[in-house]
Amino acid sequence: MSSMPQPRLTDIGPPHYEKYLHPLIKKNYGQWRYHENLAPGVYCHVAESGDRIYTVRAGTPRLLSVQTLRRFADLADKYSGGYLRFTSRNNLEFLLDDPARIEPLKQELIARGYPVGGTNNAISNIVHTQGWIHCHSSATDASGLVKCVMDAVYERFTHEDLPAKLRIAVACCLNMCGAVHCSDIAILGVHRLPPKIQHGTLPRVCEVPTLIASCPTGAIRPATVEGKNSVSVVEQQCMYCGNCYTVCPAMPMNDADNDGLSIWVGGKVSNARSAPKFSKLAIPFLPNNPPRWPEVVESVVKIVDVYAKHARKYERVGEWIERIGWPRFFRLTGFEFTRYHIDDFKHAALTYARSAHVRY
Amino acid sequence: MPDDETKTELLDELEKGPWPSFVKEIKSAAQTSASAQDLLRQLELSYREKKGHWKHGGLVGVLGYGGGVIGRYSDAGDQFPGVAQFHTLRVNQPAGWFYTSEALRTICDIWERHGSGLTNLHGSTGDLILLGARSAELEPTFQELAQAGFDLGGSGSSFRTPSCCVGMARCEWACYDAMKLCYDLTMAYQDEMHRPPFPYKFKLKCAACPNDCVAAIARADLSIIGTWKDSIQVDESAVTNYASEGLNIQKEVCDLCPSKCMDWDGRKLSIEDHECVHCMHCINVMPKALRPGMERGAVIMIGGKAPIMQGALLSSVLVPFVPAEELMDTLKELIRRVWDFWDEHGNSRERIGEMIQRVGLPAFLDGIGLDPVPEMVSEPRDNPYIFYQAGKDGEK
Repeated sequence: MSSMPQPRLTDIGPPHYEKYLHPLIKKNYGQWRYHENLAPGVYCHVAESGDRIYTVRAGTPRLLSVQTLRRFADLADKYSGGYLRFTSRNNLEFLLDDPARIEPLKQELIARGYPVGGTNNAISNIVHTQGWIHCHSSATDASGLVKCVMDAVYERFTHEDLPAKLRIAVACCLNMCGAVHCSDIAILGVHRLPPKIQHGTLPRVCEVPTLIASCPTGAIRPATVEGKNSVSVVEQQCMYCGNCYTVCPAMPMNDADNDGLSIWVGGKVSNARSAPKFSKLAIPFLPNNPPRWPEVVESVVKIVDVYAKHARKYERVGEWIERIGWPRFFRLTGFEFTRYHIDDFKHAALTYARSAHVRY
Repeated sequence: MPDDETKTELLDELEKGPWPSFVKEIKSAAQTSASAQDLLRQLELSYREKKGHWKHGGLVGVLGYGGGVIGRYSDAGDQFPGVAQFHTLRVNQPAGWFYTSEALRTICDIWERHGSGLTNLHGSTGDLILLGARSAELEPTFQELAQAGFDLGGSGSSFRTPSCCVGMARCEWACYDAMKLCYDLTMAYQDEMHRPPFPYKFKLKCAACPNDCVAAIARADLSIIGTWKDSIQVDESAVTNYASEGLNIQKEVCDLCPSKCMDWDGRKLSIEDHECVHCMHCINVMPKALRPGMERGAVIMIGGKAPIMQGALLSSVLVPFVPAEELMDTLKELIRRVWDFWDEHGNSRERIGEMIQRVGLPAFLDGIGLDPVPEMVSEPRDNPYIFYQAGKDGEK
């Protein structure tokens, strides 16, 4: 055979999922009858046919080396016929047809440092962004925050002892690649100073009309600086979203002393019981304090503990707070209520108390 | 190299504690990869200075694609040459994030040859992320991936890589085949994914039931959320079993039903199904006794997004119910009309949801030729400033 160069391939799309499905899953696809939770991190799904597939779920740091991925592949070969999947929250799941292999797999995962859990009324793994590992606009690091918070709530991952599921997310700027805006607890990196305009490079690297249009509050105005086209920022109108920096690299936002974290609570995406809702501001600012971010960790643990103690069974964080009222949430957590907690952007008035229903 | 440049005292702190450590992962890759070594050193500097060291993205990619690669350059490339160019490839994940050990090893082998050996499984939108390639490695990596059956996902103002929940593969609540729909839509819009044609990004997520395990309502411009139209299926003896095993059905199920459509008299559970809002709570609590109905499909919702720029939005109802078997055809027609309207009326960097806020849902519905229905709103308007169409073209 001659060594003909292979034709260049494009637009082939992802591999078809069917070739990665466990034979039992392929056989019972769309024919599942019910499931049972055998232990934290372990599900059994039962098909109409009577077949059973067992899932063992483990937490991962999301950032994975090829060495670790190969280790996961080896574990899959050893325990689950080579079949595995990942969840939307960066957990790893092995799919087993033999219940006798559940316990040995669990033990091996734990021994290798991968906690088994994250199901039902546990804290699952944290959805997060890239942070200092790979992002230009991040106000903080995401992986580090996740590691510190999960270290602190580790037992809540491996046990299912909360009133309901609890979902945490971390985003390192307002772009929210981690979509923290609908999480039970959200940690959000924030900038607090306007962009530092680099007038020298701006005319070369940015398109001024696009830059002006990028500002949600119209704070960016055209300006001539030393005879060159540039912009000025009405600083009182800037709410530090960083959108201008995304369209123009000459508007950097990063500031080691003023960047930090805010904490948001009570969001959910599930439709169960109450409608999906946004997370609301709990703490407007905490310092960026690597490598262990003690202020952030302490605040998250506080929210989790107070929620665990006071919420009723099935109540998500947001549902619990709606029942007891926000004033009591602030009293129970000891978090200070400040002027920053009152919305003053679009639709702000919808959040003002428009009844005399006050809890005393 | 001076000693202090190889020390990572701050990051070493993150090897401690019970949760698996991403620092260990970088160190593991660093044993064979110079770029992972420099990532570690640059990250230590970021931890020391409390500041990121990545420059704004640049225009890099693979031949013929305008998406799928995120350009990334270090602002300290002289100090850390291994990350001077450290681009990301977004690899379109298999639907439902299912893999075999063999598939994972194939990706690992390719990535070890061409990049840092670091990955994310997965990125926030759903792609398998290969983190850290030099510009010259992008095309060879892409072609090796393609020969192995993988393609790149979306980035920039493109149709972003759709994702879906586990659906019918392992969930009894799937109201439509989310993995198939996700795959079929991905294949239908390869051009829009790889050659960004839009005013801004467009995300689509398929959740097979209202529990919405992929956060479709919050994270997708077009959210396809499975539901059913007829009665919840009840296995009465299984309900009785739950009660006899100690479940307080009145308190834990009926009292928490948002529309109070259920009644438990101590022996029998009655459901007023036309009052059910399909929230899933009762089914979640009693999976052996209750199941979604037989007439299954999805509600199609539009406009969800994170804050940039005018504020976060949840998707809202566009089509209250589409039968499962009609989903693909209905969506293709709907997506065509939505994209046409957005193409014509959307501003640069304006997501669909923000455009609808700006032009108003009624004008958007006119534009895509959809009749208004009460399911689209939580309540009718309460303000009398109505833009009456009397006297306008076409108004009787």
